[in-house]
Amino acid sequence: MCGRWVRWSGIDMSGFTEKIIVKFPDEILEGPALESENAVSVKSDKILEILEYCRTDADMKFLFLTDLTAVDFLEFDSPERLAVIYVLRNMESMENLIIRAFLSGQEEIDTVSDIWHSAEWLEREVWDLFGIKFKGHPNLKRILMPDDYEGHPLLKDYPLKGRGERDSFKIVQRDRERY
Amino acid sequence: MVRVEKDLQGEILELSFGPQHPATHGTLQIVMELDGEKVINVEPHIGFLHTGFEKLAEHMSYNQFVTVTDRMNYLSPLSNNIGFSLAAEKLFGIEIPKRGQYIRVLMAELSRIADHLVSIGTAAMDLGAMTVFLYGFREREKLYDLFEWATGARLTTSYTRVGGLMADLPEDFPDAVLKWVEQFPKTIDEIEKLLNHNRIFQDRTYDIGVISKEDVIKYSLTGPVARASGVNYDMRKDLPYSSYEEFEFEVPIGENGDAFDRYLVRMEEMRQSLGIVKQVLANLPDGEVNIDPDSKLTMPGKDEVYTTIEGLIHHFEVTMENRGILPPVREVYMGTESPNGELGFYIVSNGEREPYRVRIRPPSFINYTIFKKLMKGAMFSDTVSNLGSLNIIAGELDR
Repeated sequence: MCGRWVRWSGIDMSGFTEKIIVKFPDEILEGPALESENAVSVKSDKILEILEYCRTDADMKFLFLTDLTAVDFLEFDSPERLAVIYVLRNMESMENLIIRAFLSGQEEIDTVSDIWHSAEWLEREVWDLFGIKFKGHPNLKRILMPDDYEGHPLLKDYPLKGRGERDSFKIVQRDRERY
Repeated sequence: MVRVEKDLQGEILELSFGPQHPATHGTLQIVMELDGEKVINVEPHIGFLHTGFEKLAEHMSYNQFVTVTDRMNYLSPLSNNIGFSLAAEKLFGIEIPKRGQYIRVLMAELSRIADHLVSIGTAAMDLGAMTVFLYGFREREKLYDLFEWATGARLTTSYTRVGGLMADLPEDFPDAVLKWVEQFPKTIDEIEKLLNHNRIFQDRTYDIGVISKEDVIKYSLTGPVARASGVNYDMRKDLPYSSYEEFEFEVPIGENGDAFDRYLVRMEEMRQSLGIVKQVLANLPDGEVNIDPDSKLTMPGKDEVYTTIEGLIHHFEVTMENRGILPPVREVYMGTESPNGELGFYIVSNGEREPYRVRIRPPSFINYTIFKKLMKGAMFSDTVSNLGSLNIIAGELDR
């Protein structure tokens, strides 16, 4: 393993995750058993407070939402099944912080689209592909899949080739007498 | 689909722009509400090209997925190959030899030039300047010939592997690139002569689609779009990968954040990329491009496979599905500077041959979120200026 990569591969944990653990001790979850560079697992109910702390605190300054996605940890030993992943970036030190917000059951999670407008579409994508609902989202509609699609394809129990949607495509017949 | 209804202020026209329209640069639809020439509201609809790359990735090995990344940003497939391979290498915790890294930089910069040529050319063509498009495509064709020579394909390059490259460069390739590099600045000058003082181009891009610095952060914009607004943010400089820290180049920054600045930033980036290409060719190290085949990650050379038993065993170990090196249980996020912005890969691995989850952070998708804000209150003719300067690539948008 070469020098520069070590920083990115989970060995040098910077103090940022520690700060979140100290600030929100009740919100922290253990697991999933996964090596990571700079990540923390939290409960989803106070996610807005945690993100706002990461964004505005003078020591944190994670101003930039690099990415927002979700993972279905079905096959992992994980506290809950679904997690929304926030990849935040400190624009000065260029450090990435990954926050995994785990949802219990059918719970909804607060939207961050008021803070980062880019999250509006990213959250729509997560709803579309994972079925996670965002509380307070201005326009929570499917974005990639058709509007009348049933199911959420990126869930682990969704088969790769679909659930027979291809077999049940509507066959359009031309009204021959009209022409 | 045109629907007219009476309104107190006059007629509100609902107009559907796309999904098949030469100015949409792919299949995307924009439903616009127009009051005369003025845009009241736009609603972009995407997903026409959704192919489920992320789901597909969960059923492929890391090297197999490289072929899928070709299809993402189809203007610069090499950048996507490199971005994914770097993320996978970060997951495995390996770094490839210097020669391999330099060749990746060479390919990334050449594809950046190819991408910018198309993006500037099509944007200018939408605004009525056809010649730029033809001049750009002439040079892009020469570049694609070079790509074909090195990788075997024009578009579906699949040049990188986890732990190296498909093959080393052909013998005369560096000289051919140098020859191309020497004659290319003439085209940049020609394009600048055609556009910089072109009254029509100026009128349609000056102060059109202005993005402020605050909006860059709020909308997570990256790449030329962010830099045109004065945000000094380039992954090649700020978080160097693949030996980018060894090359000297400037990051062009815009002042006004309008469509014209985005064009200027792209032009200057091409010049800087040429500089990097020259430095790579001058300092191209000797040696291997792949990590040691003993790692059982990369293929040994064919001569070894046919003549030695070790080579044959290595080949077998890498190709068979139930053998070879498995990745650690780990999650990584790796961002690279693709021509459009930050192309990131977030990979979760559960230690099996296939990744557990691959998330692609597509620069086009996130840059497109600001389009609605840019278009509100703008004129209808600004649509193509904004779309062209944001450079939306549908393959990457929908994945």
